[in-house]
Formats: sequence, structure tokens, C-alpha cells
Amino acid sequence: MSTARKHALLLPLTGFLAVFFIVPMAWFLAYGVRETEVPRALPETLAALSGWTADQPVPPAAYPALAADLRAGADAGTMADAARRLNYELAGVRSALSKAGRAVRRAPPDATFDAGYFEAIDPVLASPDFFALVRRAAGPLTDHYLLSAVDLRRATDGTIARAPVERRIYLDVLARTLAIAGTVTIACLLLGFPVAVLLATASERVADVVLILVMLPFWTSLLVRTTAWIVLLQKEGLVNDALLFLGIVGEPISMIFNRTGVIVAMTHVLLPFMILPLYGILRGIPPGYMRAAASLGARPLTAFRRVYLPLAAPGIAAGSLMVFILSVGYYVTPALVGGPADQMLSAFVANYTTTTGNWGLAAALGLLLLAVTVALYLVAQRLSRGRAISLG
Amino acid sequence: MNATSIRGARAAALLAALAVGFPSGAAVARDLTVVSWGGPYQEAQRKFMFGPFSAETGRKLIDEYWDGGIGTLRAKIKGGDNTWDVVQVEAEELAIGCEEGLFEKLDLAKVGGAGRFLPGTTHECGVGAVIYNVVLAYDDAKPGPKPAGWADFFDTAKFPGKRAVRNGPKWNLEIALLADGVPPEKLYEVLATPEGVDRAFAKLDSIKGDLLFWKSGSQPAQMLAAGDVVMTTTFNSRITASNESEGTNFGMVWDKSIYTMDSWVIMKGTPLLDESYELVEFSTRAKPQAEIVPFNRSGPTNKDAIGLIPAQYMADLPSNPANFSVAVPDDPEFWIDNFDDLNERWAAWAGTK
Repeated sequence: MSTARKHALLLPLTGFLAVFFIVPMAWFLAYGVRETEVPRALPETLAALSGWTADQPVPPAAYPALAADLRAGADAGTMADAARRLNYELAGVRSALSKAGRAVRRAPPDATFDAGYFEAIDPVLASPDFFALVRRAAGPLTDHYLLSAVDLRRATDGTIARAPVERRIYLDVLARTLAIAGTVTIACLLLGFPVAVLLATASERVADVVLILVMLPFWTSLLVRTTAWIVLLQKEGLVNDALLFLGIVGEPISMIFNRTGVIVAMTHVLLPFMILPLYGILRGIPPGYMRAAASLGARPLTAFRRVYLPLAAPGIAAGSLMVFILSVGYYVTPALVGGPADQMLSAFVANYTTTTGNWGLAAALGLLLLAVTVALYLVAQRLSRGRAISLG
Repeated sequence: MNATSIRGARAAALLAALAVGFPSGAAVARDLTVVSWGGPYQEAQRKFMFGPFSAETGRKLIDEYWDGGIGTLRAKIKGGDNTWDVVQVEAEELAIGCEEGLFEKLDLAKVGGAGRFLPGTTHECGVGAVIYNVVLAYDDAKPGPKPAGWADFFDTAKFPGKRAVRNGPKWNLEIALLADGVPPEKLYEVLATPEGVDRAFAKLDSIKGDLLFWKSGSQPAQMLAAGDVVMTTTFNSRITASNESEGTNFGMVWDKSIYTMDSWVIMKGTPLLDESYELVEFSTRAKPQAEIVPFNRSGPTNKDAIGLIPAQYMADLPSNPANFSVAVPDDPEFWIDNFDDLNERWAAWAGTK
């Protein structure tokens, strides 16, 4: 087939991906580095602050400029956006700016706007911290969100420092996300490999039945499956009742709203994604190889280790990659069956996107997750010398 | 001009007319949409507010539900694709959305006049819908002493067992300070200082090993019923609903409970402005607000509604003077400024064991 024909056949897919996936993703991720709110709402203040650095006293021209911007920002949207953006770094600025806005708009035309005027409304508006922050947020690009995503902050003098101890979250959450994803991948591998072997080697009738059982979870909603685990694993749930009845334990084990519940529920949901790629590869291993290995004197374990596993490696890699990448992005399951120490990074992205509306930080966290996942993929590819994990 | 080009010109004109006519035709042809919190609450609203509204005015009303979050509303307005008209929002969402120009500034005359409402329940951009309290709840059916206030919530020696709080700083920092002895009048003044915040987190640290977290409003009652916790924070209406429809015997403490208000707002730029005003006016009449009380024990905001409520439902109502006088108002202004900051600190605190 000619190259042009190949490209033409792929065009609907690439077009669809480009228009509905790549472009919107890139546009949203750009929020993590763009700074538009402050330059739009405070242009005169920024002009008055040009050339100023935080170690100098605040230029007197900044105050009337701030008043002019507040008056012009009567179009509620732009000033409120800038106030929200500034509030991320200096709590309290939001209400200070809205109070100042109301005061300025009601002020008589001959009022003088100086440091004293703004200090009376709210001391933060006359502080060098505030103006240094406005200067930093001048845009068009910013590193605030990217730094926040790795628990770093900029001080008033511009140096980068770690966030105070009680506010460091995201690196821990990232480590936790990767740990949970890794554990789920290994659990799925251990549980899924025997099933895939069974599917590949059993008779057709048995294989059909097992395949239907593997695919059955896809017919029920993800949320239904997850909440079913709550009923099964809670303190007065079925599993604890059975264990107590059989006398295996003296009092109920805590299996839900903690890490155990998260691992169990996620493994359950992601198992088919491990089994099916694995089955696809294992099906192609000629059964004669194991018999040949036995005939050459290998014990079953040796034959498995030296003949079967290397042939199954691409399947293991494909299944593991799929399960890992899927579980790194999960947030619904940990939100329902986990405690607050089990929330994964995507839960924060979702929270910042919908609840608080801090799209910059949501995008920055998304970029962080994307970068780490791509880095892990490249490391894995390098480690396997490109063989096992090539997706072809 | 020859025949072909005339035909071509006519075809082009026809296409242009269709292209211009099509979008404007599609924009206005939607029904009035009201958005509330879902679940049994919205079912009660459907029965006593939305249904009767449709019957009286003959307008078709679509009701949807949402989970809160100013980001959702911002995305709808800024994305230009807004299909919501009337929304019930929490106190901070009202204030922030009004500042950001997401809601229409209300003309109170069109919703029955300012005199119809209890003092303090109207706002530039919204009118109060319901008042409800965050209370301490426990299972009265279990033996032993009964908790009487937030100090007992933090007393694991006298009341051993796990507790549940909402996952987030809101209301949790307040009850920690109230339990630590801060008088209600000074609550937000203390909380506004770094020392106050540290004090609240230190108090929460004292029971951290026994804390569970809930996210959705239906969880606390379930956790109490399942025996997972001995005490929990929750909304008063959920406890009453559970006792009346599930046969549980939960108790709650009104003393120093925190009350807050949800409001009706009209989304900015809605093409159905007059209809939205009619709906808000209807929903804040005394009769629908009083009729919904047996199904949802939240306080009405219409002055005359309280007189219409049968006495047997008054005991568990936030508007009951006995309950109202001991409750503590929450402060949306404080949370607007500090939510992002304190939420980060909460996430770091809650996420570490």
C-alpha cells in the first residue's frame, strides 16, 4: 500500500484525536503556565511598578494607578479574577481588593489615593509583599503553578524556597500515587497471569466460559462495582461477618476507607486490562516449546523461567503498562473507598478543576503527572533495551 | 448576469439565510432549568415547588442536580455554553459568583420584595432558600452517656470510639476552636490569626487517630448506623430524615452547632430572565417553603413560612428560636479569603498519618 494511501486511511483517526484530544489538552495544560488575569486587570499599576524591585520602597505613583485600575475594573469579571489569582499567594488579598474596589468607586472625584488611603482599607494593600506579588504576576508566563505543584514557593525577594512543612502535599501525593499504581499493577499481574495462562492453554469450551467471566465486569458500571466493595468490606459487612463466623478473627478487620480497600477495589476493576493483553500474547506461544524444553531435561520451573516467561514478556509489559497508566489517573475509586491518606493526584486535579476553579494548578499537576508517567515509560523502555515494551 | 450565476446567487443567499437563522433559532428554544442538590431534598422540592410551579404557570421546568463548586459555574459562564437558569448555591459560592459577575444582580421587588424574607437572608445576587445547621450527631440507641457539645466530640477518654468529620477545613476548624473554649463571638477573629489556625489543627491532632472522613451528605448517617463511628458532624436535616424514614434513633446537639444558608441565584445572561424570576418568587413563597419542611427539616427563609409549619415539626427545625439562639453563624467572607490556603494545609494534614 502506498504511503499516501496509508496516511489517508489514518486521517479520520488522527484528525479526530487532534481536534478533540490533542488541541483541547494542550490548551488546558497551557493554563499551568499562562498569566492573564493580573495584566488584564491591573495594567496601570504594573506600568507604575516597572523597574521597581522589592527591596526599594513602594513608588508613590503605584497607589493612584491602583485606584485607576480598580475604578476601571468595574466590569466585575476581570478584577475578581485577578483578586483570586493574587489570593493564591497572599491570603486575604481577595476581600481587600473587593473592599478597595467598592471604596474607590464611591470615592469623591477629588480624593487622593495614597498609601494611607489603602492602608486604612486593609494594611495588606500598602505592603511591599502585595506589590512584589503583583509585579511577579505580570505575565505573560508564570512559574507559580509549576512551582506549587512540586511544593515550592517564591518569597517576596524572588528566591525559590520549599513550602512550609505543614503545606507540603504534592510530592507526597505523587509518591503515593505511583506506589498505589505500582502495587495495583503487581497485584493484577499476580492474579491475572494464571488466568491468562488458563485462557491460552485450556480447551475452547473452558476458554470461552472463562473469557466471558473476565469480560463480565465491563457490563456493570464502575461506580456500582466500587460501592459493592463498600458493602462487602465494611465493619459489619459480608467479609467481616464470614471471618467472625468462621472464628478466623476475634473482631472485625478494618478493610475499607483505607489503603487495603483502595488496592482491592482498583485491582478488581483493572484485572481485565491485564488479562486481555497477556492472553493475546500467550495465545501465540506454541505449546511445543515447553514440551521441547522438558524433552531436553529442564524441570517444569526451569522451563517456565527460561522458555515461557521470556516469550510472555511482551504481554506482561503491555498489560502492566496499561494497568499502571490507567491506575495512575484514577480518582473515583480512592475517593469512594479510601481515606484522605489514599487520595491520588488526579483527585486534586479534579478538585481544582471543578470545586475551587484553580485551573492553573490543576493544569500544572496534570503536567507533573504526564511528565512523570512519560519519564517512567522511557526508563522502562531503556531498561528492557527497547524489546519488551515496544508497543508494536 | 447569466442564468447560472443568478441561480448560484439565489442558492448562496438561501444558504446564508439558513446559516444566520439557524443558531438564533436554536438558542431560545430551551426550557427553564433549575439546579439543586439532588437526592431526597430535590425530590421534596420537585413535589412542592417545581411541580406546582409548572402547574400554576404552565411553564415546562427541567430540574438538574449538581454537587457544588464555583469552578463549575465559572466554566459554564465563561465557556459560553450555559444552560442553567436558577441554581441553589452555598454561601461562599454566592459571594464569589457575585463578585465575578456570574450571577444576575437581583431586583428584590420581582421576587416578592425584601420584606418577605428574614433579615440577613437577602443578597445583591441571591435570596435565601434554606437555613441548615452542621450538628454533632450520635446514636441514641447505644448505651452510655450522651455527648452534649463539641468538647465531648474531642474527648476520647469519656467517649471512646471513632468520629467522622467532613473532609475539608470548613466547619472542622471552627468546631475544634469551639471545643477548645473559644467563645462563639470571637470564633472567626481567633481563626483569622495564624495562632488560631495552629490551635485548631492541634486540637484536631488530639483525635487524629480516631478520625474518619466523609465526603457526601449521605455518608455520616450510614457510618453511624453501621457502627463505624460513635459521633459525626452532619447536617441536621439528614439526621431527622434518617430517624423518620429509616427508623434510626439518632440524637443531635444543637448547642454551638454552626448554621449556614443556601441561596437561589439566577445565572448571568440567561435568555429566560423573567421566567427565572417567577420561579425564584414561587419557591420563596411561604406555602411551598412550609410544605417542604416535613420532608426536609431545613429552616425556611420566608418570614411567614414559620407560622404555617405544624408544631410537631418545629422541634428539629433550625429556625426554632430554641435552636437558633444557641447556634453559631458561619462566616462566608472568612472562607472566601482563606479557603484555598487552609484547604492546602488540611490536605497536607489529613494526608499524613
